[in-house]
Amino acid sequence: MPRVTSISGRIADFTGGVSAFQVEARTVRALMRELEGRFPGLGDFVEDQMALAIDGEIFQDALGAEIGADSEIVLIPKIAGG
Amino acid sequence: MSDGNQGGVNLKVVGQRPIRPDGVDKVTGRAQFGADFHLPGMLTGRIKRSPHAHARVVSIDTRAAEKLPGVKAIVTSADFDAGAAGEVEAGESHAAMKEVAANCLAHGKVLYQGHAVAAVAATQPEIAAEALDLIEVTYEVLPHVIDVEAAMAADAPVLHDDMYTKGVTPKPGKASNVAAKHVMGRGDVAAAFKAAGVIVEGSYETAAVHQGYIEPHACVASWGADGQSTIWCSSQGQFLVRAMVAKILNMPLSDIKVIPAEIGGGFGGKTTVYLEPVALALSRKCGRPVKIVMSREEVFLASGPTSGAVMDVRLAATKDGKITGAEMTLKYQAGAFQGSPVNLGLMTAFACYDVESLALTGYDVVSNRPKVAAYRAPGAPMAAFAVESAIDDLALKLGMDPIDLRLLNAVRDGAKTVYGATVRCCALVETLEAIKASPHYQTPVGKGQARGVAAGFWFNVGGESSAAVHVDEDGGVTVVSSNPDIGGSRASMAMMAAERLGLPIERVRCTVADTTSIGYSGSTGGSRVTFATGMAVVEAAQKIVADLKRRAAQTWECDIAMVEWKDGVATCIDPAKDVKPLSMKAIAGKSAKTGGPIAAEVSLNAQGAAAGFGVHVCDLEIDPETGRTTVVRYTAAQDVGRAIHPAYVEGQLQGGAAQGIGWALNEEYVYGKSGLLENASFLDYRMPVASDLPMIDTILIETKPNPRHPFGAKGVGEVPIVPPLAAVSNAVSRIVGRRMTSLPMSPAKVLAEMAK
Repeated sequence: MPRVTSISGRIADFTGGVSAFQVEARTVRALMRELEGRFPGLGDFVEDQMALAIDGEIFQDALGAEIGADSEIVLIPKIAGG
Repeated sequence: MSDGNQGGVNLKVVGQRPIRPDGVDKVTGRAQFGADFHLPGMLTGRIKRSPHAHARVVSIDTRAAEKLPGVKAIVTSADFDAGAAGEVEAGESHAAMKEVAANCLAHGKVLYQGHAVAAVAATQPEIAAEALDLIEVTYEVLPHVIDVEAAMAADAPVLHDDMYTKGVTPKPGKASNVAAKHVMGRGDVAAAFKAAGVIVEGSYETAAVHQGYIEPHACVASWGADGQSTIWCSSQGQFLVRAMVAKILNMPLSDIKVIPAEIGGGFGGKTTVYLEPVALALSRKCGRPVKIVMSREEVFLASGPTSGAVMDVRLAATKDGKITGAEMTLKYQAGAFQGSPVNLGLMTAFACYDVESLALTGYDVVSNRPKVAAYRAPGAPMAAFAVESAIDDLALKLGMDPIDLRLLNAVRDGAKTVYGATVRCCALVETLEAIKASPHYQTPVGKGQARGVAAGFWFNVGGESSAAVHVDEDGGVTVVSSNPDIGGSRASMAMMAAERLGLPIERVRCTVADTTSIGYSGSTGGSRVTFATGMAVVEAAQKIVADLKRRAAQTWECDIAMVEWKDGVATCIDPAKDVKPLSMKAIAGKSAKTGGPIAAEVSLNAQGAAAGFGVHVCDLEIDPETGRTTVVRYTAAQDVGRAIHPAYVEGQLQGGAAQGIGWALNEEYVYGKSGLLENASFLDYRMPVASDLPMIDTILIETKPNPRHPFGAKGVGEVPIVPPLAAVSNAVSRIVGRRMTSLPMSPAKVLAEMAK
């Protein structure tokens, strides 16, 4: 199953301190749904304010991106710049 | 989504150095910047600003000002939508609209000197100025706090009663100036330090510095009788301005048209709004267009600098120089509202190095300063200053060449970053080797001089972009970009279109469209435009080529597969057809007969941006009597993927180096005990000018093009401001004879250190 971790401490505000967990999702859209279902507010927060590293590649605002059965997903702050 | 790098072979336009399309207008003064626009009946807007660092606004009495002849409108935060909420993607992060609105016009409290409290529109500038004096604001002055560590103290005056530190479990029971705590890391840091052969550590600080764009913020706003409003302004994103103004004034996006002016520099500082919602609120009140232009003093007082920072770093290494672990704490000023780029500081701090164990902690801290705005590689230069100084200490301790030490620890493809990405198409090693082999590094350091080396990293991003390509009836082409041109994007967009269409660059023009004339785009920032908007341009050009081939096939009555497009000409390769090739001009001239106008627009969300790496080397000398530092030689090398227009890329490296040198040596916000800024002018805020610096030599490393971009481009605009702080300080430290840990290294500070 895909495994989710985060480099942002903000996630703990939603998860009650849980920093790593497994998910069923196979797309980013499904992941958001699952996060929201398990930790109310987290799915919306991640969708609006965070990016994902899926197996090492960064995705921003890419709800259609696929997630592999054993993917490593890291929640990271959305990156913009100056 | 584009994929497949075209490669560097056979490129005819990409990689060349055509004359910049905006050059003549800029050097002759014809270019229309934000302050240059005029409308009939236009009023002058001025802003009433707080004289206090921190105060409660007890009352604002505008009655006397309203009676002044010539005054047409006055607004306060009461004229904004009290329910402004949600977030808009801005510079270094999402901007909370409630706070953007409160920064444009204070609501309840003023949080820094210069914080806007009211605005007036009048028929003459002098009347507007007089009206400001007639607006009576009653303040209850509150204790203030300026510096980041003082703001974190338990007894510090608290700016926001409803701000509780995020990222801390359980949620704190008391409001604080620490907006958020961020923690990231990996591995076993304690074990790394226990097993270390060498440990270095240090504490560092950097001052808040301003982006220093030459053009102050300026806009004209006009409320239409039909509810349709227009804003002309200088910004890094016309769509961002539209989104923020719509939220603050509670308007539909379609009721606002934003027309981008030429921009005189932004560097991240124009990825938010200060004036536009105020000017439009004034215009809405009086029905006349309103222009507001900031003075330079207002730019310093009330527009975002970047964070000052306090940092602690500790490295563990083996005796042969392999860094095995690191600890780092970053405390970044956010200014009056939360949102410093400390997260990005944590993510970038060790991005150049393959370090197994990391423990990184960051604090986002508010204080009575103007809200920070993005500044070129937000958050990265300060963190790099600390890390690259510590690595210099490590090299000294081990007696190693500073480049060899960095080569030993440099990230390579496949390495895992602390933020979860895997390093790919990375040319840091080649960049370090290029500096090592450069004439500069191969030349012995001059007598009385010293040399410093440092590396730097920036992510670069993609994101949403739109572009259109229109073929004119005579075969010329117009590219319509969705991004204000800050770093030469009109040239690079035109070049990429010309390359794909097979046209000479002289036949392709690029323009920047307003919000009603092209699809949505993210801002010009994050080193994203050549990558993301360039991808949209190339895909639109590809659609044009497909259409041209279809029209040629229709003309020749042959299968489209029998049409080849090369060098701007369609050729029929069907041996059964005896037809002459058709040029772009020939096809375009008869477009009405083959389906109508030839045009294509593409909107996309570009993924696959590749990070960039830079390595700088700096030689300098110090006048022992005055403490003045003079940079005598400077070389910047950078992993750029592929340079679309190498002269512009070199300019980015030179500009970033110049700004970073200023950050290292002179620039800082200086506050007095009363919390007021003491150097809000270019006379006292010392930025380097051309005569202060030598020619910045550049080396472009193009060995690892980004395979996710049609021509291999990586972002280039932000990396070059990351290494200079440490490159300069490492050299200064050599001469001074002790580690320089505090920026700027002003003459007074250098003299004091030399006297120790």
